[in-house]
Amino acid sequence: MSGTVPASARASRRGRPLQIPLPAFLRSRQTRLVMIVVGLVLAYALPIIRPPFLTTTDSDFGGVMVGAASYALVAVGLNIVIGYAGLLDLGYVGFYATGAYTTGVLTSQHAHWPFFLALPVAIAVTMVSGVLLGGPAIRVRGDYLAIVTLGFGEIISIAARNSSWLGAAAGIKDIPPPPSIGPNPIIQADAGLFQIPHLTWNGLVPSVDNLHKTPFLTFGVIDAIPYYWLILTVIVLVLVADMLIKDSRVGRAWEATREDEDAAELMGVPTFRYKLLAFALGAAIGGLAGSMLAAGQGGFISPDSFLLPLSMLFVASVLIGGAGNRWGALLGGVLVAYLPERFRGLSDWRLLIFGLSLMLIVTFRPQGLVPPRRTKRALRVQAEIEELEGEGVDV
Amino acid sequence: MLLEVEDLCVNYGHIEAIRNISFSVAEGEITTLIGANGAGKTTTLKTISGLRKVREGKVVFDGTDITHLPPYARVKMGISQSPEGRGCFPGMTVRENLDMGAFVRRDRKSAAYREDIERVFQLFPRLQERFNQSAGTMSGGEQQMLAIGRALMARPRLVLLDEPSMGLAPRLIQQIFSIITEINQQGTTVLLVEQNAAQALRRAHQAHVLETGEIVRSGTGAELSGDESVKAAYLGGDL
Repeated sequence: MSGTVPASARASRRGRPLQIPLPAFLRSRQTRLVMIVVGLVLAYALPIIRPPFLTTTDSDFGGVMVGAASYALVAVGLNIVIGYAGLLDLGYVGFYATGAYTTGVLTSQHAHWPFFLALPVAIAVTMVSGVLLGGPAIRVRGDYLAIVTLGFGEIISIAARNSSWLGAAAGIKDIPPPPSIGPNPIIQADAGLFQIPHLTWNGLVPSVDNLHKTPFLTFGVIDAIPYYWLILTVIVLVLVADMLIKDSRVGRAWEATREDEDAAELMGVPTFRYKLLAFALGAAIGGLAGSMLAAGQGGFISPDSFLLPLSMLFVASVLIGGAGNRWGALLGGVLVAYLPERFRGLSDWRLLIFGLSLMLIVTFRPQGLVPPRRTKRALRVQAEIEELEGEGVDV
Repeated sequence: MLLEVEDLCVNYGHIEAIRNISFSVAEGEITTLIGANGAGKTTTLKTISGLRKVREGKVVFDGTDITHLPPYARVKMGISQSPEGRGCFPGMTVRENLDMGAFVRRDRKSAAYREDIERVFQLFPRLQERFNQSAGTMSGGEQQMLAIGRALMARPRLVLLDEPSMGLAPRLIQQIFSIITEINQQGTTVLLVEQNAAQALRRAHQAHVLETGEIVRSGTGAELSGDESVKAAYLGGDL
């Protein structure tokens, strides 16, 4: 994935001085840039390369990659809410559904807008719903916020199920895919501007597989890979925005609020506004992901696509990766979507194994696989402080 | 008067934390509130900075009623607080903490901003040594210095200091009080809350004694230092 290479680059850059120092050429800005570009190219090419072991044998690898990328996108959005602002949102699936349904309604159910016209509207609608929910919800803290958002997630899917305007239990079908570049006939053999053959592996020896080709760039029903490319592109854009915001005044305000809300207020941070902003931005990215889902390969959504366990998996993605670190969230999202598919051959056992591996991760790495630098610092500090001082409360 | 507190009442649920407190802080002076644990000192400061809701009474800053303004609006007006204990952001470095202190300012790139950082380093050379260390890993005294320095970064007209000497070694206590005097002499009005009454009274122009949520005595620092009952209760009596 695009995330892993820069993540490891970051991890080594922020390594403690005692660790083996990186050679100078690896630390330079240009090298980092080159590594990011190489990582990106690899990420785009992954479903074409179909590397042995990584490639899923029991389900279409392109489709699995679409799922992994979708989860990664959602996790990056949810990371803003949970990781940056410290708000535990258990109803994120509600925003995912809002974005998907807005797209479905505008492009299929009640109108026939093109996808790229419906997309910004879906994002805007989701953002507004984020503000409407967040306004009252983030006045309560901690567990209470979790319960309120949990309720929201449920309400959305139940409301969709009971609204014939939204297609009720049958959902919305025939949502058109994003517009293709080049011809897009039903038979994909001649689709697209050109076609990219896949690789096939005999052990570790690759050869070109001319039977399976991916058209560039048509969004059809057969090949999932173009959808993956689209979502990956969206992830890259979202990550760039995420970096700019996190390094700005807004990012500092979130960080201060999360570490000590009262102290942040004393610094002049309007904490409520910044938390609401995090909620709205997170919601917007959730809506964006939902919109991509609606216009995805099947072109079909139903209330069953947005059940509560999905919310839990989203939260799990962020926490497994390391709340507060975008690369961690990315990795967490990919793992949560990918692992059950990779082990599909184990049939029902795969969910048990998946659950166990999640438990192992949170037991042995409660801060996540790739925790942010500050979490590591803060954890160390907290332990020291608790040791040094008792519980003293002064009125 | 820079700050006027009139008939202030603050509750925690049904418990009255402070009752009918009135006092004022003159511009350019050090005013101190002394009293035992639980007397309502911290609550008073938190009410002035806006973290606690007022049940009755008024807080007036520089002629403006700020009783119902949110904390961040008060920071913009020039009230800055160094919270009690370790009020730093533990995961942030010294530099990042100081930057947070200047959150309301828009001139982070300017010479004036660098001057202010320099000024904090002059007051607390320790902080310069620890520039890139995360606040949480520093000693209690260093964190206290950082909290005060951070409060100054907002360029406040009035700085509220909550127990700056708490938990410090005796030698450091001396030092931090002389720094408070220095801050005051550089033109910042100080409202100081302290349990260390002897030091606070020596440094303060005006002083008030809080007992169970009420002001029981007021006067200049020197007057209260000489007051028999204050001596007996807070200065160790005639031992």
